[in-house]
Amino acid sequence: MPADQRHDHDLALARARRVAAEVTDPELPMLTLADLGVLRGVEMGPDGTVTATLTPTYTGCPAMAEMRADTAGRLRAAGFANVAIRTVLDPPWTTDWITDAGRRKLAEHGIAPPGPAPRRTPGPVLLDLAPTRRAVSCPRCGSADTEETSRFAATSCRALWRCRACLEPFEQFKEI
Amino acid sequence: MNERSEPVGEGHMSDDHAHLSLAVAEADGDARWAFGTGFTDPLHGVDTAVPPTVQAPALAAYCLALGDDALVSAQRLGEWCTRAPELEEEVALANIGLDLLGQARLLYTRAGQAEGGGRSEDDLAYFRDPSEFRNVRLAELPNGDFAFSVARLLVLSAWRLAVFERLAGCPDPVLAAIAAKGVKELTYHRQYAADWVVRLGDGTEESHRRMQQGLDEVAPHLGELLTGETAFGTGAAPVADELTAVLRQVADAAGLTLPQTAPLPGSGRDGDHTEHLAPLLAELQSVARAHPGAVW
Repeated sequence: MPADQRHDHDLALARARRVAAEVTDPELPMLTLADLGVLRGVEMGPDGTVTATLTPTYTGCPAMAEMRADTAGRLRAAGFANVAIRTVLDPPWTTDWITDAGRRKLAEHGIAPPGPAPRRTPGPVLLDLAPTRRAVSCPRCGSADTEETSRFAATSCRALWRCRACLEPFEQFKEI
Repeated sequence: MNERSEPVGEGHMSDDHAHLSLAVAEADGDARWAFGTGFTDPLHGVDTAVPPTVQAPALAAYCLALGDDALVSAQRLGEWCTRAPELEEEVALANIGLDLLGQARLLYTRAGQAEGGGRSEDDLAYFRDPSEFRNVRLAELPNGDFAFSVARLLVLSAWRLAVFERLAGCPDPVLAAIAAKGVKELTYHRQYAADWVVRLGDGTEESHRRMQQGLDEVAPHLGELLTGETAFGTGAAPVADELTAVLRQVADAAGLTLPQTAPLPGSGRDGDHTEHLAPLLAELQSVARAHPGAVW
């Protein structure tokens, strides 16, 4: 590729990456798919085809179709005629993929960010029946005196918590 | 007639924004809401070639059985909506069902690819009759008492977790990836069920009695899971050992007895089912069969 074409290609790719990075999550609109770690990459072929790679958070996450359509739609609206969306399952998404900016935005919107994702050790996944204390701070008042009320909430990715200091309920992005 | 009199400000801009989003979505032309599932191919864009070392018919059959367990379980879990003891439990059971539905969609899609006959996830979910389903019978039994439902969820999620842990290393990369993702979800499902079994078993006299009864009702169905087919590195004996160890751990913590019961004859893996599967499928399949190919 001649130098001037290479330059145009690089500029277009950088623009495609910026456009894709601004697409927001349909269920957590304060986060972009890039913040969430769902956008794995954007590449551009020699013919100008833009390929965005996404990975699902939960297998049954109904927002995945919206994410795919939104990403493709935004890229087309930005003038990229040929857009392909690739889905990858491997390596599986974990909450560790959420960026620092994403964690800050979650906390600012009253959702406690996830702690470190559980590590998969060799052999069977152990079942812990002892009461567990996990350090989750209240996103409103900052108190660490909190308790989980349900590990399942309005979307797959969130858990319900309650703050014993300010008495407010809040949601947590649960570790997976 | 638009009688709104407020000045055109930010609100109007968000309207434009909403219209832009809709226009963008329409321009895609994707049929995104087939039967409310969101998109037509959950493995869209994944490299789906079956490796030459993998026997495609065996892969198809195995994915179908695992998909059927998940779909039928998801339907039963969904039936708890508006009937669970507390709102939080309803949300939890529906969430678990949603994860399993997602697993079923991926597994059906993989089964269809491995078959090579062009059947889609919808063909497999909506257009097979009860005798063609390969789920274990435990999954299709009516929900019954909440204690029975959590005992069943414990058994099914602990078994499935033990299988998926092993499948994560199987030679088919798509099934391996589905399993690796599923392990994370199933860990939550098993924890939820185990916590409830302990809470009820170690609760009042009444909750203990009903939890024990739930375990007793599940026990004759263990054999069907444990003597089922072994494939892709999921040896029956290690899976059985892991499941038994988990059940013993939970029963001990809950003060319950694991009954030693003779397994029921027959197997859902061979197409043997109870009278409860046909009505479950009739409801699940009714919209798709009344309006074949419909989208909204």
